Amino acid sequence: MSKHIVSFTLNGRQHDGVAPDNRLLLDYLRETLGLTGTKTACDGGECGACTVLVDNQARLSCLTLVGQVDGRSVETVEGLSPGGLSPVQEGFHMKLGAQCGGCTPGFVMATEGLLRRNSDPSVEEIRDALGSNICRCTGYVKIIEAVQYAAEKMRGKAA
Amino acid sequence: MNEQVKPVRSIGKHVPMVDGPEKVSGRAQYTADIAAPGALAGRIFRSPYAHGEIVAVDTSEAEKLPGVVAVVTGADCDVTFGVLPIAYSEHPMARDKVRYKGEPVAAVAAIDEATAKEAIRRIKLTVKELPAYFHAQDALAEDAVDLHETRPGNVERDVFYELGDVDEALGAADLVLERDYFCPEVCQAQMEFHAAVADYDPVRERMTVHASTQVPFYVHIQLARVLGMSRSQIRVVKPFVAGGFGCRTETLNVELISALLAKKAGGKVRTVVNREETFITHRGRPETEIRLKMGMTKTGKITGVECETYQRGGAHSGYGVVTILYAGSMIYAIYDIADVRYIGKRVLTNTPPCGAFRGHGTVNVRFAFESLLDEMAGELGLDPFAVRRANLLEAPTITENDLMINSYGLPECMDWAEDASGWNTRKGNIKSPGVGKKKGLGMACSHYISGASKPVNWTGEPHATVNIKLDHDGSVVVLSGAAEIGQGSSTILVQTVADVLGLDMGRVRVITGDSEVVPKDNGSYSSRVTFMVGNAAIEAAQNLKRVLVEAAARKLDARPDDIDVLGEVYRASSQDQGLTFDEVVAEALKDTGTITVKGNFNTIPESWGGNKYRGSAIGGTMGYSYAAQVVEVTVDEETGEVTVDKVWVAHDCGKALNRLTVEGQVEGSVWMGLGQAMSEETAYYDGLMTANNLLDYRVPTIQDSPPIITHIVESNDPNGPYGAKEAGEGSLAGFLPAVANAVADAIGVRCLDLPLTPDRVLAAIEGKSKTMKAARRRRGAR
Repeated sequence: MSKHIVSFTLNGRQHDGVAPDNRLLLDYLRETLGLTGTKTACDGGECGACTVLVDNQARLSCLTLVGQVDGRSVETVEGLSPGGLSPVQEGFHMKLGAQCGGCTPGFVMATEGLLRRNSDPSVEEIRDALGSNICRCTGYVKIIEAVQYAAEKMRGKAA
Repeated sequence: MNEQVKPVRSIGKHVPMVDGPEKVSGRAQYTADIAAPGALAGRIFRSPYAHGEIVAVDTSEAEKLPGVVAVVTGADCDVTFGVLPIAYSEHPMARDKVRYKGEPVAAVAAIDEATAKEAIRRIKLTVKELPAYFHAQDALAEDAVDLHETRPGNVERDVFYELGDVDEALGAADLVLERDYFCPEVCQAQMEFHAAVADYDPVRERMTVHASTQVPFYVHIQLARVLGMSRSQIRVVKPFVAGGFGCRTETLNVELISALLAKKAGGKVRTVVNREETFITHRGRPETEIRLKMGMTKTGKITGVECETYQRGGAHSGYGVVTILYAGSMIYAIYDIADVRYIGKRVLTNTPPCGAFRGHGTVNVRFAFESLLDEMAGELGLDPFAVRRANLLEAPTITENDLMINSYGLPECMDWAEDASGWNTRKGNIKSPGVGKKKGLGMACSHYISGASKPVNWTGEPHATVNIKLDHDGSVVVLSGAAEIGQGSSTILVQTVADVLGLDMGRVRVITGDSEVVPKDNGSYSSRVTFMVGNAAIEAAQNLKRVLVEAAARKLDARPDDIDVLGEVYRASSQDQGLTFDEVVAEALKDTGTITVKGNFNTIPESWGGNKYRGSAIGGTMGYSYAAQVVEVTVDEETGEVTVDKVWVAHDCGKALNRLTVEGQVEGSVWMGLGQAMSEETAYYDGLMTANNLLDYRVPTIQDSPPIITHIVESNDPNGPYGAKEAGEGSLAGFLPAVANAVADAIGVRCLDLPLTPDRVLAAIEGKSKTMKAARRRRGAR
């Protein structure tokens, strides 16, 4: 397997590294860089736990090769809160959108992607945006409340 | 000074989890996240055969592969393990026989994943194949080969008891109905893969294992046994755990195999199995066939019950005996029933071993029971609520099978669900939302235990022990073995201790999950932690408070009885001037140094169940939770599609110590019941699990999930911590019958087979359900 230099923005900082062509972004983040906030919870594309943002869009890092993010901006759950909790993280904490936490980073990033393009989503729009993320604890009731809390908080900040 | 100072209270409020910030920020470290520099990659070779005598396990080619450091097989460990001391039936890796497709046979530790994978590819297993049985009735056939020598006829446990005179009771009924119900096998499918990091120190001969478990203490016991080491040489650490729902309430082969590899390699091995292997490791709820017969008077009073239950247990014993006993004993303790005949068979089959899934043993029988109650109510022209109300218990009471009930909030749960859902005005009157679509309302009740009153390992120790350490910095550190798995146990510990001391929760820290630091705890299962560990934490905090009060009294030259504890301030009632908490701590530490106090909890003998039949201790608890729910559905008669529109659920948790986490547990329980009722089921092809991923095994998504309106009922159990009982399991079982009853309300057809997928609903509409076939088959096999 040939290797190439990959160069992208990771959580706001320039990152340069070397990776085999078949290296998944998920494995690169977790194993090469030790950013274990991004979770693995299925054998590929089934659960959304590994969701990250690539150029502000939610992406499954388990279905993305590192080479595909070359020159782009990648954000993981670790990048959202350099100090304290981001509004989305605060929403998931305060409203109990997270119980075991296994799906939480994926939901947080998918929500972040949603709220960046739609600051006041309806319940239907929340369901659409989070439809490919599985949570096994909450029944999604409090996840919807967490997203609404975050949206309100972000709108408040913007105003 | 401090005229305004008051004790801080968190009990009964909406309190976010103490470990929430770690989870939402990605800082929480689960087993697979732990940095393990230099760790070898562990991987398991699994049997491709469902049943066979092992002729040879050839690992020579794997051992030759550069980068392979250790290879282990069944030959490396002849000790069996399990969870019930009477049923240690499994070897970490198969010896002599393989009994299901996917059973571990060998394992390797290699320098990286790719090498480990290649090594596994090179292992060769030769077996002499035996006939394999994938359903209970097949394994029970007279000519079936035994899976285990010690379990003739493939019966793990045969249960029979009759309390009262059931024939007479049925004879006295105005209506007797009998039905066959069928519930397929379901899996926990928790988010986190099973994982273990085992680190063997060959110099000191010590083993440290980090494992994704609900029961670190059980893992500790089994590690010592299979490694042939003393428990004192072993340390078990439970990092963050992302769910369990029961599949991690017993030691799993992943943990033991990782340790065997680490010992052989003389180093560190990390094994993270994938989603398919996590499914195959299984320990889910068994495929269950239930024949239920009930007698009822025309006023709705239940006269007698006969229940016959077959569980397909899988290839090993696991919790099987307990599961089949719960299915029978928990017919009681929800309604006033005297005469019950229970026939239970737990059967060994060539499928992955079942375990203790949330609502352990009670769920499928509750589905049958509440479905039949509803059907009989319909035949008698009675309202479903009225039928339940005709059979209520009155607490305190002892049931016919000797279960102790001290608090009973079921009537209040029903009242709320009836009102909130608009049952009396809306039932039968909800407008059709479109052509071919019909709406319906259904209800059901359910209950669960707050911890099994008799522990799995009877040692004479208290059920729970909590230590609290107080040191110079004034921080209160709670040390507990209670396994936080996302249910919020650590939060409850902080809340109870802070509340007793009147302190802000920020003063209290909790350390759990490291056997070298925390007192032993039996683990997170049977909804025992809040009740048992919570009570122990309260006692520990009260002991600490006593020490602090005495110190304050000494310093203030007052009597301890005169000290007012106001959280951050202690003062004698006659004085204006008080002491700050830090001053009290400084005084308390004088002469003694660091303070450690302890609290214990024990169950009382009245809660241990009786001895009217073998296994009658199963079901005994200090307190039962109760729940009632109403489910609203839309059924498309053309396609058989059922949509759950809304759920109203009331849960009697005794006292909500934390309303936020109780709501979360109840919503999660109802929803997990929804998964089993609507879409989840395992699938096999010739014994090979095919629904081994999160697409084929259909966990409901946010798109499939209805609003759930939750109401908390507080019956204040006399023995619960602040009156609390369990909140995390009891409302699961009720969803299954409530939705089936709602479908019956909508289209007049009873679905006796779960899940309610369009094909099954259509089959029921056309009068061709699988259960009938299963029942015929069973009668043929008798």
